[in-house]
Amino acid sequence: MKETRLFANEIRVNIIRAMNSKGGGHIGGSLSISDLVAVLYNGQLKFDAKNPKWSERDYLVCSKGHCAPALYSALALKGFFPKEWLLSLNKPGTNLPGHSDRNKVPGIDATTGSLGQGLSIACGIAHSLKMSDKKQYVYCITGDGENDEGQIWEAAMYAAHYELDHLIMFLDWNKKQIDGTNDCVMRLFDLLGKYREFGWYVQTIRGNCVEEINSAINNVKSGKGQGKPAFVLLDTVKGAGVPSIERLENNHCIGVPDMLAETCLKELEEIRQRILNGENE
Amino acid sequence: MSSLIYSGNPPQKEISQIFIETLEGLIEKDEDVVYVDADLMASMKSKELWDRYPNNVINTGIQEANMIGIAAGMYLTGKKVYVHSFAPFASRRCYDQIYVSIGYAKKGIRIIGSEPGICASDNGGTHMTFEDIAIMRVIPGSVVIDVSDGRMFEQMLKLTKNMEGVIYFRTPRRGLPDIYDETEQFQIGKGKLVREGNACTIVASGIMVSTAIEASKILGARGIEVEIIDPVTVKPLDSELILKSAMKTKRIITVENHSVIGGLGSSISEFMCEEYPIMVKKIGIQDTYGQVGNEVFLREQYKLRTEDIIDAVLKFAGE
Repeated sequence: MKETRLFANEIRVNIIRAMNSKGGGHIGGSLSISDLVAVLYNGQLKFDAKNPKWSERDYLVCSKGHCAPALYSALALKGFFPKEWLLSLNKPGTNLPGHSDRNKVPGIDATTGSLGQGLSIACGIAHSLKMSDKKQYVYCITGDGENDEGQIWEAAMYAAHYELDHLIMFLDWNKKQIDGTNDCVMRLFDLLGKYREFGWYVQTIRGNCVEEINSAINNVKSGKGQGKPAFVLLDTVKGAGVPSIERLENNHCIGVPDMLAETCLKELEEIRQRILNGENE
Repeated sequence: MSSLIYSGNPPQKEISQIFIETLEGLIEKDEDVVYVDADLMASMKSKELWDRYPNNVINTGIQEANMIGIAAGMYLTGKKVYVHSFAPFASRRCYDQIYVSIGYAKKGIRIIGSEPGICASDNGGTHMTFEDIAIMRVIPGSVVIDVSDGRMFEQMLKLTKNMEGVIYFRTPRRGLPDIYDETEQFQIGKGKLVREGNACTIVASGIMVSTAIEASKILGARGIEVEIIDPVTVKPLDSELILKSAMKTKRIITVENHSVIGGLGSSISEFMCEEYPIMVKKIGIQDTYGQVGNEVFLREQYKLRTEDIIDAVLKFAGE
């Protein structure tokens, strides 16, 4: 998985560059899902960068739409669109709005940003594929704060009721939302237990560990939890992979001036060297 | 002018019957047609479709927000989705989902909101939409159909199957007295000239079209000939037809089973004040909430009776 770790690092480099070019953005959550996005685009997800609407592809709905920059970075690196686009992130007239936009960005399957809506969209895709006897997987990334939304729980019931076992939902449990920690703003209690009781096949893993993410997906694909939608609780760190961002108490949506970007890029280069040297295994 | 068969008598088929027959026909011809409901199939008498077409008919339970999301996802895999719930739950209850997951995301959906406005009758104020036209009309590119006739409903369900954007139908479930004969063809953005006259132009939509026809008969007997237009689609509005009539009669009265704020009357006022500023009198709900009652009681409460239209015409046209 060394290559995937390097890919995750490269995704982060591009997130920092893109946000620095805009002056800031939703950096914490974009970084915390970078390892997941790297695993998805480095082997798990079936896609064709030259034909983003390929009907046999797997689908990815980033329900926490504000973390689109992580997807944009991966898509650019995989050749869906020119890397230069990343430097237009969220600028007037851009092809890359701050929130996921299926009409502007090649490779983005769902327009999201109003939290709580993406899991329903993912259920709709998964159910439709199931009705047509198709076997593609549908991946959905949700945020922890996003799980405050009632619609998430409607979709959670729906997915289990219709046995959408080709739906794999991730919950980026980085413990923070805009107004503070989950525990301060709205306690989530036992997320794993809740989804289990809703009828899902549940797993909890270290969400910034590419090996564990990969294994969790392989578990689903090998037939564990057959007949049930899959829930993967990603125990993550907000701002993961960039120590200067991890350390910030408030790192949901912040300014990324040149000096901070330089520091972040230096840290990422040091991490890259350690990965190349076989450290951090 | 349209060829009418209006008698005021109950029709052969209720709207719910037309709904299930039309959907069945669409499903039989196109396997990508999907109907999603949120636990109101029994009310729409569509449960038999659910039994017979399990790969095309889905029940989300009482989850209107999720219902719209499911439709949004299904669209991405090529499905042509019709959703139904009572008008308040199919519109205001899941408005952000409609606006963002369908509208802004540039997808297609057909939303059938049943029992709009006073048609909610015994379900009372919580279920009574006097604002659904207003909120659906403001969605960019949306189509809003206030159903006045069963034939219109059937044709529009078929006509919109492959259309993009938010298409909103508001219709009672009960039978609507037949207005148009079997040769009538309906189009998006094309209204119907229901009656010709010079005294004033009445633009009425939905259940109020037949009320306006009733009023016109009584007025006609008194020598007052009113022109009646059924816009069919409140949005897009048939501006050409309305403008032509307005230039002839110089007076417009709008009649709707909806608030006078944001609905048909507002729509026509917005248009007329830019194109041909004349007085527009609006009959409809006057900035208030709904309540329990049968249709006769509610029409009296909200001044939606035949005589209310007659009074308005006599006062307005006489000025």
